[in-house]
Amino acid sequence: MPTASNATAVAELVDRGSGGLELAGVSKRYGEVVALDRMSFRVEPGEVFGFVGSNGAGKTTAMRIALGVLLADSGQVLWDGRPLTAETRRRIGYMPEERGLYPRMRVGEQLVYLARLHGLTEPVAISRMHEWTERLGVSGRLDDDVQKLSLGNQQRVQLAAALVHDPDALVLDEPFSGLDPVAVDVMSEVLHEQAGQGAPVIFSSHQLDLVERLCDRVGIVKAGRLVACGTVDQLRGAGPEQVVVDVPTATSRWYANLSGIEVVEVSGSRVVLTLPEGADDQLVLQAALSAGPVREFARRRPPLTELFRHVVSATEDQS
Amino acid sequence: MTTPQMKIGSSTTAVRLVAGRELRTRMRSKAYRISTLALIVLVVAFALIAKAVGSQDSTAHVGVLVSAQSVVPALEGATAALGAKVSIEPVSDEAVGRSQVSAGTLDALIIGDKADGSLQVVVDSTLSDSLRTVMATAAGQAVLADRISALGGDPAAVAEQVQHVSVQVSALRSAPSYDPQRLVLGSVAGVLIYLALMFTGQMVAQGVVEEKSSRVVELLLATLRPWELMAGKVLGIGLVGLAQVSVVGVAGVLAGQLSGALTISLAATVGTVLWLVVWFIFGFAVFSLVFAGLASLVSRQEDVASVIAPATMFLVAGYVVGISVLPTDPGNGLVALMSLLPFFSPTLMPMRLAMGGVPLWQTVLSIVLVLATIPALVMLTGRAYRNAVIRTGERVRLRDALRA
Repeated sequence: MPTASNATAVAELVDRGSGGLELAGVSKRYGEVVALDRMSFRVEPGEVFGFVGSNGAGKTTAMRIALGVLLADSGQVLWDGRPLTAETRRRIGYMPEERGLYPRMRVGEQLVYLARLHGLTEPVAISRMHEWTERLGVSGRLDDDVQKLSLGNQQRVQLAAALVHDPDALVLDEPFSGLDPVAVDVMSEVLHEQAGQGAPVIFSSHQLDLVERLCDRVGIVKAGRLVACGTVDQLRGAGPEQVVVDVPTATSRWYANLSGIEVVEVSGSRVVLTLPEGADDQLVLQAALSAGPVREFARRRPPLTELFRHVVSATEDQS
Repeated sequence: MTTPQMKIGSSTTAVRLVAGRELRTRMRSKAYRISTLALIVLVVAFALIAKAVGSQDSTAHVGVLVSAQSVVPALEGATAALGAKVSIEPVSDEAVGRSQVSAGTLDALIIGDKADGSLQVVVDSTLSDSLRTVMATAAGQAVLADRISALGGDPAAVAEQVQHVSVQVSALRSAPSYDPQRLVLGSVAGVLIYLALMFTGQMVAQGVVEEKSSRVVELLLATLRPWELMAGKVLGIGLVGLAQVSVVGVAGVLAGQLSGALTISLAATVGTVLWLVVWFIFGFAVFSLVFAGLASLVSRQEDVASVIAPATMFLVAGYVVGISVLPTDPGNGLVALMSLLPFFSPTLMPMRLAMGGVPLWQTVLSIVLVLATIPALVMLTGRAYRNAVIRTGERVRLRDALRA
């Protein structure tokens, strides 16, 4: 049952809402385990939203609820500001984390069947099936049973299954896992293209470099809650300050005695250090110079990979 | 976004699409075609064997040597009185007669009667009980006639009088009489419906688990409500099974009638097939729902048999009880009682109806009970299915699936 505060939160979100796909205060428990804790976020039309978090954080549960495959205990899924209905959820393209197609059904027939379940008429379903199988390079296998295809090709068919009904929104759970480099390129292209046509696109991934490259915004999930959400730059901007220092001739760990410094990475003579809030980087430079000539000294924001680690471990300390 | 769309607001369209897929893929499957063909071969072979066994000459041939022709009238009289099928043939030479007996063209050869009236009979190895009775009666009557004549009476008049004496029976309860052919028909109907229910029920169970184990169910549930998926599957496979039962039933009737194996009325045979189809529909509704609900609890094909075993037991029990009791005791009271109960009626009722002698109230009651059970099963199994079908991995406990 939605609580009173939940209901107000939902109402606010509805008022503010324009288009897009939105989770509004969604909670879900499995017995004693809290899978989602009042999770809220919205993906605007034309936006690519990356969903990251460690295994078991609740990404898949959130996506299943967004699709109506699972029912939330409380909260709502909104599409264009209105609660998702059986009618509107047919307009979403979905790629479940657990890939699955009928193994003993032909590729072409299967895609037409899935397109028709999404409401397309048979002739339209057939032409869409041809379009997508051609685009994804599996048009030669239409009459083969899915189980006869290589794993890579099965993944392509799986993507075709998510796209064959020309969805208005995409929800893809780990779409890049198990893809070969060529397929990764095709997938990236498709995501951008769909977003370019105005579809909100949500995908989860453990490949954070891909997320950083492809996403307009990123949400980091931990223990069923969205602990950070924003553009990659915003997230990085909120992260700790780092310096990269290279002292080729240094013979000792010259940075060991600097107070509050955290060593992120050491590769040869090059180190990445995290500075405490408000620390003076010139002190670091002085320490480096006293160890030898400095080849490189640069400030930087941590990449998403480190940020992810930072956010996840920080909230871990809190809890 | 601009894709032309069919309005798919109604669940009927969704159910029809799912059922259509089941129909297409199942009808095309090798297993289905082979099993249908095997069942057709089975019923046709059964009809032909029944015909071959049934048409075997049941008339006994008794040769009587010319020297013993005096026993012929008594023999004919006894044959008629006992209602036996005996053809009496004169044999001129004993040697010829003996060779006919050993060749099997004669079942017995009467070579003479002794002074005390005993008959001397030659057989190949044994004299059948029915012939022995006929001959003993004939010999007894011959002695009786001799005595009556010796006492100055008229044997023919006495025989006439004896024939007019009869036992008058007034039964308190009328017992239905069973045509042996209809008993056979009932057994065949039992085997057919049992095989068809078992086959289609397992098809449903395996279909449910196939979607779970291949994980395609998650993709389907993103567009379908669980009950639409379950209903479509049950409906589609039900139609596949119905087509099978109908084709096999019609093939059986045709084989029976054309070969002449079935001498009972066409109406009775057609009635049997119609009841078979009706009870298949009821039975399929009951068992496929239960099978679908139970199968949704597991995720691997190898777990299907064990999870549906409790339901399969009811199906097997009804069939085994029916096939082992009814052919010899079609009026058995306990079986009649069982045949009214929803999980047994689908196998037992069509057998009893084919055998005949089922009171109308029992037929009606069994149908009412099974029809009342179906909505309850739809509710229960639908709930279990909805809760369990998305939970892949470990076996879901039935209690959890029903509660959640």
